[in-house]
Amino acid sequence: MAELFAAGDDVRTTRVDPSHHCRLPRYARGAVGTVLELQGSYRLADDSARGIPAEPEPVYTVRFQAQELFGSGNHVVTVDIWESHLAPAKGTSDER
Amino acid sequence: MSDDHHGSAAAIAAHVRHVEALLEERGLVDPTELDRALVAFLARSSPAGGARVVARAWSDNAFRERLLDDANAALPEMGMSMGGGLQEQRLNVVANTDTAHNVVVCTLCSCYPIALLGPSPTWYKSEAYRSRVVRDPRGVLLEFGFEPDPDVEITVWDASAESRYMVLPRRPTGTDGLDEKHLAELVTRNGLLGVAAV
Repeated sequence: MAELFAAGDDVRTTRVDPSHHCRLPRYARGAVGTVLELQGSYRLADDSARGIPAEPEPVYTVRFQAQELFGSGNHVVTVDIWESHLAPAKGTSDER
Repeated sequence: MSDDHHGSAAAIAAHVRHVEALLEERGLVDPTELDRALVAFLARSSPAGGARVVARAWSDNAFRERLLDDANAALPEMGMSMGGGLQEQRLNVVANTDTAHNVVVCTLCSCYPIALLGPSPTWYKSEAYRSRVVRDPRGVLLEFGFEPDPDVEITVWDASAESRYMVLPRRPTGTDGLDEKHLAELVTRNGLLGVAAV
């Protein structure tokens, strides 16, 4: 399937907080990062873990500055994130 | 721990036992076959596998580049794979340099390159490591007795999805005369995860 994002794109993670299993770690929700690499296509475990049929979708490695995630720190954190949990960042100075 | 995707492990284990019993009952699986497969899988998988790969990368620059570019394609050159009899997982090897250091974690549970490194150490699965290393890697590394230079950029790789990660440590100085076998002996599991230098 066609990927929505490519390496170098700025993306914003969703701010979902479902009661069910969610593969977007809490610390990485509602944050802006940069796509590093496509990892392949996999079924979204949020759905498959609940018995909901899920088609494979792109999973990307997204690179975040610690400052963006935690408000401090000068390191980098990367997270592999399913496309369902990502949107274009449209500039990084949006409200947070 | 609602985020833990091993939360219903007991239910899944019961399910698996049930399926296993049915397969044996119908003669589709020999009762000892699964045990044999598991023992064989674990016998092939230990940190020594990762250490061999690192030693090759230190000794052969072309292999190093192939490994960093596409680890799954490079591993078979050494008779290894990320399959281990199961579905092959994608492996990303991330290289330490004099300006960049890499650390591996799975914040959601304990995803780990078992096919290459064997079962993960207990601390890797601890909530303390998983929750703290993404926020304060230098603080956690210091507890391992490791203090990267302040100018080195640290990247923490959260392997909580489908891909697995391994660190390619820097080759220690003063090892120019060593062959691959002896180089491999220098590589530690902690070094392959980025919580120690080699």
